[in-house]
Amino acid sequence: MSEYRIQGATGEWEVVIGLEVHAQVTSKAKLFSGAATAFGAEPNTQVSLVDAAMPGMLPVPNRECIRQAVRTGMAIDAQINKWSRFDRKNYFYADLPQGYQISQLYHPLVGEGYLDIALDDKDPENTKRIGVERIHVEQDAGKLMHDQHPTMSYVDLNRSGVALMEIVSKPDMRSPAEAGAYVRKLRSILRYVGSCDGNMEEGSMRADVNVSVRKPGDEFGTRTETKNVNSVRFVMQVIEYEANRQVDVIENGGTVDQETRLFDPDTGTTRTMRSKEDAHDYRYFPDPDLLPLELDDAFIAECRESLPELPDAKRHRYENELGLSAYNAGQLTADVDVYQRYEAILAATAAKVGKSESDVATQVANWVLSVAPGVKNATEDADEANDTTAANAGIIALSAAGTVSGGQAKEIYEIVLKTGREPEEIAETEGLKQNSDTGAIEAVVDEVLASNADKVEEYRGGKDKLFGFFVGQTMKAMKGQGNPAVVNEILKAKLG
Amino acid sequence: MTELTELTVAAIRTGVAGGDFTAVEVAEAFNANVAAASQLNAFIVATPEKAVEAAQAVDAKRAKGQDLGKMGGVPIGMKDLFATNGVQTTAASHMLEGFVPQYESTVSQKLWDAGAGMLGKLNLDQFAMGSSNETSYFGNVISPWRRKDGGNADLAPGGSSGGSSSAVAARLCPAATGTDTGGSIRQPAAFTGISGIKPTYGRCSRWGVVAFASSLDQAGPMARDVTDCAIMLEAMAGFDPKDSTSLNLPVPEWEAGLNPDMKGKKVGIPREYRMDGMDPEILKSWDDGIAWLKDAGAEVVDISLPHTKYALPAYYIIAPAEASSNLARYDGVRYGLRDLPEGAGLQDMYAATRADGFGPEVKRRIMIGTYVLSAGFYDAYYNQAQKVRALIARDFEQAWSQCDVILAPTCPSAAFALGDKTSDPLSMYLNDVFAVPASLAGLPAMSVPAGLNSEGLPLGLQIIGKAFDEQGVLNAGLAIEQRAGFTAKPEAWWK
Repeated sequence: MSEYRIQGATGEWEVVIGLEVHAQVTSKAKLFSGAATAFGAEPNTQVSLVDAAMPGMLPVPNRECIRQAVRTGMAIDAQINKWSRFDRKNYFYADLPQGYQISQLYHPLVGEGYLDIALDDKDPENTKRIGVERIHVEQDAGKLMHDQHPTMSYVDLNRSGVALMEIVSKPDMRSPAEAGAYVRKLRSILRYVGSCDGNMEEGSMRADVNVSVRKPGDEFGTRTETKNVNSVRFVMQVIEYEANRQVDVIENGGTVDQETRLFDPDTGTTRTMRSKEDAHDYRYFPDPDLLPLELDDAFIAECRESLPELPDAKRHRYENELGLSAYNAGQLTADVDVYQRYEAILAATAAKVGKSESDVATQVANWVLSVAPGVKNATEDADEANDTTAANAGIIALSAAGTVSGGQAKEIYEIVLKTGREPEEIAETEGLKQNSDTGAIEAVVDEVLASNADKVEEYRGGKDKLFGFFVGQTMKAMKGQGNPAVVNEILKAKLG
Repeated sequence: MTELTELTVAAIRTGVAGGDFTAVEVAEAFNANVAAASQLNAFIVATPEKAVEAAQAVDAKRAKGQDLGKMGGVPIGMKDLFATNGVQTTAASHMLEGFVPQYESTVSQKLWDAGAGMLGKLNLDQFAMGSSNETSYFGNVISPWRRKDGGNADLAPGGSSGGSSSAVAARLCPAATGTDTGGSIRQPAAFTGISGIKPTYGRCSRWGVVAFASSLDQAGPMARDVTDCAIMLEAMAGFDPKDSTSLNLPVPEWEAGLNPDMKGKKVGIPREYRMDGMDPEILKSWDDGIAWLKDAGAEVVDISLPHTKYALPAYYIIAPAEASSNLARYDGVRYGLRDLPEGAGLQDMYAATRADGFGPEVKRRIMIGTYVLSAGFYDAYYNQAQKVRALIARDFEQAWSQCDVILAPTCPSAAFALGDKTSDPLSMYLNDVFAVPASLAGLPAMSVPAGLNSEGLPLGLQIIGKAFDEQGVLNAGLAIEQRAGFTAKPEAWWK
C-alpha cells in the first residue's frame, strides 16, 4: 500500500483518520417503540407516544434491533458483550423530544473487532486491518424542516427513535483511499448481514470523520470531527480538505482546535460548527427506565447461526472452489446485489447446461461482470423486469453450447431487455445462430481461398497476419453466422 | 341508612354486591363530600360524572348477575400524576396545565377494569417533589386534621401524595392512588392517620405515570385500613410489557392472604433509626408498635442498618439527577406550556417556558440533578450515591438473615403547619429520613396509623419488608391496626 503524505512547507505530513459510522438498523419498528420506520412517509405519521416523549411514556427495547447489532458485531469478529447498558445523553434540541438520546456510553453492546480492507481491486489479498473500537446502539433524532414557514421551523419526528448502530473505528486509517475502502467494506458487510441497507443518500448510513495530522512517527495531533458526511466520496473529500487545512494551520504557526465541523458538499470544504468551549456537557448516566441488557447463550447462538457467508469467505470460496480470478471474485463479492445475481445465474446456467457450477463459473462471471452490464448500459429502452435469471442463463447456455456467438449473445440480450422474449426463440426467429456445419463452412472457405489466390500465396510465403483476413472474408460470406472456432479450424487445415 | 362515606373499600364492595345500596348511591355520596370540601383543595379537578358513569356500569353488571370486579362500585381519587384519557393531567404544574392525555396509565386502567370509578384528579406536590404539598401550582392541600390547641393553623397533609391523604382522611374518597419516590405515600398517610403501601419496585407499572425519578417511583394505594390497601394493591399491580422495569411475576392474592398472627415471625428494630433528639412521642409510638407485634406473637430483634445515615444524601442526589433528565421533555415544543417571547429563538423559548412552567422546588431539583451529573462532578456525586445505594440494599439483605420485617417510625414528627418548613428545604428533606432507605432498596414498605400524639395529631408506624413480600408487610400492618384501635377522624370543619 503506497503511503499517502501531505507535502507541506516543512516536509511530509501523515494523516490519521478514525470514523464513526452511524448505520440505521434494518427493522420494522423503532429501537424503543412500535412505530414504523419506512423512509419517505408523510411527516409525523410514524410517531408513537414514546417517540414524542409524552408524559409518563417508557422505552421498551426492540429485540430485533439488538439482534441486528449483535449479528453485525459477529460479522466483524467483535467481542459481543453479554451485559450492556443504555445511558442517557442529555441535551436540548427541538428534534430531540425526550431532551436526551438513549445511547450506550459506558457499556456498549459490541466491543472490539476489525475489518480488512483492500486498496487494489486487482489484489484483494493485499489487505490492511482496521480496528473497530465498539458498536453501540442508540436512538436517532427527528428532523427539523426550515422551509415550511417564514419564521418558524417545523419538526418531523418520523425518524425520532429509529435504531442506529454507531460503529466506531480505531484511528487506523492513513489516507482518504483507506477511509473510502473502509466505508465501502463496512457497507458491504452490513448489507450482507442485512442489518442496514447502507443507503447513504437516504441517510441510513452516515459518517463522522475524525482527522488529525502529524509528522510521521510523531504522537497523534489534535483532531477535528466533521459530522454527518453522507457519501464515500464526501468522506474522502473531507479528509483531503481537513488534512491540508490542518497542515496549513500548523505550518503558519497556529494550532488545530479540537472542534466539531460541518462539511459543505457544494464547496468541498469544512467549517466550524462548534468549538471545544461550546461543547455540550451531555451528563451521561445510566437510563433508569431500562434494565441492563443481558444476552443469553441461546440468543447469541441464534444470531451466529443466522449469519450468512460473509464477503471475505465468499471471495475465497469463489477463487478456490469456482476457480475464479482474484479480481473477478473480489468484484462479484463486493456487494450483495452483485453476488446474489451471480449465484442465481450461475445455478440456473449450470442446471441448464448440465454441468457443475465450477465448469461454467468463469463464463458466468464474465457475463455478469462485463458483457451484460455493457449491453445493458447501451440499451436505452431496457426494461429491468425482463432481466431475469432464466433469460441470462438461457443466453449463457446458448453461448456455451456454441449455438450462438459472443456477438449474437449480446444481440439476443439486447432484445431480451427490450421485449422480454425467450432467448432460444429469439435465436431461432431472428436468425441469431451460428453455423457449425463443417461441410457448409468448408464450401465457403474453398470459395474464399479460390477468389483470393494471391493472398493465399502471400500467406503461405510467411505473411501470417493474413489469417485474420481469411476469417473475416469467410464470416462475411456467412453473414456473421459461422462458428468462429470451426471457421478457424477449417481455415488452418486448408491453408496448411 | 349507613353513612356511605364512612365505609371502607371492602364494605362498599360487599354492600354494592349484596344490594344494600347501589354503586351510584355511593358515588353520589362521595361526590357530595368532594363538592363540599373545596377548602381542603385536595382535588385539582373533580370528575363527578366519571364516578357516576362507572357506578352505573357496575350497577348494570350487578343487574345482569355479572362479576363486579375487585373494586366493583368503589369510587376513588386519582393522584394527578397518572395520565387519564380525556381528563387534564398536570402533575400539579403550570407546565402541564390544560394538558389532556389521549392515553390512560396502566395502573388507572387496571383500577377502572376492576370496577372502580374516578371522583377526580388529586392535588400533589409539583411533579411529586415535596413533603407538604406546598409546591403545587394549584395551591397547597390542607390537612383535615387540626391540633387540639384551639388554634386553627392549617396543617400539611404530607407530600407528595397530599391530595390523596387529605381526601381519604376527610372521607372525600374511600381510597386513592399515591406514588412514592422517597416516602410520598407513607409520609402523607402517617400525617393524616390513614394506611398506605409502597409495593416492591416494579410491582405497579410506571407506564403513563408522569416520571419524577424512574428508579424510585412506585405507585401504591392509600386507604383507611390495611385490608383496603391489600384489595386495591391487587387491582393496581401486575406485569406490564410497556414498562421495562415491571416485575414479570403473578400478583399474589394479598387480600385472601391477610393474617395478623405473627407467631414465628421476627421483627427487626433498626438501631440507626433511633436518632439523637428524636421526638419522645414518636419514640413512644414506636415502643407501642413493638409491644403490639410482640402481642401478636412476633419475636422482636435488634438489627443494624449501618449505612442509614447516608441514605438521605444519596437519595437527594439520585432522585434529582433522574428528575433533571426526566423533566427535560417539558420544553414547549410539543405539548404543555409554551412561552415564546416576541422574536425569540429556540433557546429563548426553552428558557422562558421552563422558567415559567416549573415552580421553585422543581427548579431546585433540576439544578441539583444537573450539577451532580456534570462533567467533573459525576463520580463524586452520582457514582458515589449509587455505591451508597448498593450498600443500603446490602444492609437490608443482611438484616433479612435476622428478621422477616422491620418496624420503624414513618416520619420524625407529626404533621407540621403549612409554611413551617418552606423557607428551609433541608429541614423539609429531613422529613423523608426514615422513608428513603426502603425506596433506595426498592423494598415494600407501608405506614399504618399508630395513634394520636398529645396535640391530637396522627402518628404512623412503618413496616418494611423483603422484596416481593408485600404480604408480610400487610400482615404486620394488620397486627398493629388491630391493636392500635385507631378510630380517630378529623372534625369536618370545612363543611
